[in-house]
Amino acid sequence: MSVRPFRERVERGPVIVADGAIGSLLMERGLEAGGCPEALTLEHPELLRDIAVGYAEAGAELVQTNTFGASPLKLASYGLEQKTEEINRRAVVAVREAVGDDVYVSGSCGPSGRILEPYGDTPPGNVRRSFRRQMVALIEAGVNVICVETMTDHNEAALAVEAAREVSMNIPIMATMNFDETPRGFYTIMGTDVRGAASGLLTAGADVVGSNCGNGSDVMVEIARAFRDATDAPLLIQPNAGAPRILDGKVVYPETPEFMAERASRLAALGVNIIGGCCGTTPEHIRAIRNALTD
Amino acid sequence: MESLERIAAELEAGNDATVRSLTRTAIDDGTEAKKILDEGLIAGMQVIGEKFQNHEIFLPDVLLAARAMNAALELLEPLLGGTGAATRGKVVIGTMKGDLHDIGKNLVGIMLGGAGFEVIDLGKDVAPERFVEAAKEADAGVIGMSALLTTTMPTMKDVVSLLRQQGLDGRVKTIVGGAPVSKEFAREIGADAYGFDAANAVERVRGLMA
Repeated sequence: MSVRPFRERVERGPVIVADGAIGSLLMERGLEAGGCPEALTLEHPELLRDIAVGYAEAGAELVQTNTFGASPLKLASYGLEQKTEEINRRAVVAVREAVGDDVYVSGSCGPSGRILEPYGDTPPGNVRRSFRRQMVALIEAGVNVICVETMTDHNEAALAVEAAREVSMNIPIMATMNFDETPRGFYTIMGTDVRGAASGLLTAGADVVGSNCGNGSDVMVEIARAFRDATDAPLLIQPNAGAPRILDGKVVYPETPEFMAERASRLAALGVNIIGGCCGTTPEHIRAIRNALTD
Repeated sequence: MESLERIAAELEAGNDATVRSLTRTAIDDGTEAKKILDEGLIAGMQVIGEKFQNHEIFLPDVLLAARAMNAALELLEPLLGGTGAATRGKVVIGTMKGDLHDIGKNLVGIMLGGAGFEVIDLGKDVAPERFVEAAKEADAGVIGMSALLTTTMPTMKDVVSLLRQQGLDGRVKTIVGGAPVSKEFAREIGADAYGFDAANAVERVRGLMA
């Protein structure tokens, strides 16, 4: 069986359940502190297959690749820039082998880690070229959709979206940003509000917009409401399982699968089209969300 | 407008060329360098810090103001004598070993510099021993540690322990910060302070230096 084209599936509904965190599961499986999470794709692709299978079995209809930091600018911090193509391609292959053609494979692309001129020292052209190189690798390897995520600068996010659009006119693109709650509403640390994010990302060529990371489920419900007020476009929301706490020297995330599932129902009621999880979420969270949305 | 107030206002607006030329004029008019620094530049950065903390302005505004401050500091530094007497104290900062995320740490450095502290920035991926060595070498009063990854947070404790082993605790204070770091974590590892955000970190460092 082959899946429906992604855009058509989003439009028809019901809500698409996406996957949860990758990084925290890799840590559980022995990713060393400070190691490059993307390098693990080359050394232990079986871990990525495991994680993807775990999410697909939990009911995720969309699973991300382990390529959040796999743009050459970011990989350069680990001296892995020249492995950009290999890391992205093999990350896509690992997930595809694990989930087959029944699940959408989403190519993750996170921030460059640089601040763009004129505020920082990095020319926008460098960042754009870096994103383009990652997008070519992801799209050629056969992702169903691109996910530009955890962005705080809408100019940088737009560069990533435009780079993907330049590589393919028809690849579906999702783009999500990370907002802080302020007395005047939700803003990214770079000063982008929800309305500005929605219009900027859609103008750049995104099909789906929204927010991931930085906030637990309750705040994400409010961010989703702000997005729905700002645009009729399809929305993607991926909350953290709350704010991390340290318990006996270990990092724990407080939100239970049941709690997140109840908030996922609220997100669905607001008209959010794709719901998944970010930091601290596990296959158990995704299973609970899927069950809550299927009831 | 009085010239130092104008310097502060132009710094807040991020006009680096204007801040630089106003600073030049103030120096030529015989205004004491220390006074230009305190009542012009630091006063302006103080307002920037408060507005940033209150979410009235965002990171780009802070970065532009910092650039304006640095433009003026180039002119003032030779006059301040580089004795360290003009600064409010020295702070060693860095991102923990294994952690390459330095945007938050850089922001804290900017705000500390803006508040008149001398900042020794060790960069990212900094081993616990290097924090302690650098603090000893520079005779710094505070070590500021930053982490974005939950996996690199635990090495903050190693810095605190090293200071204790070498009998430097009390003389060199520690402050920790970063997205996953909390007040509870700071207490658990025995750090002297926790900075909730960049502006708060400056306040806490002021407290530690007092």
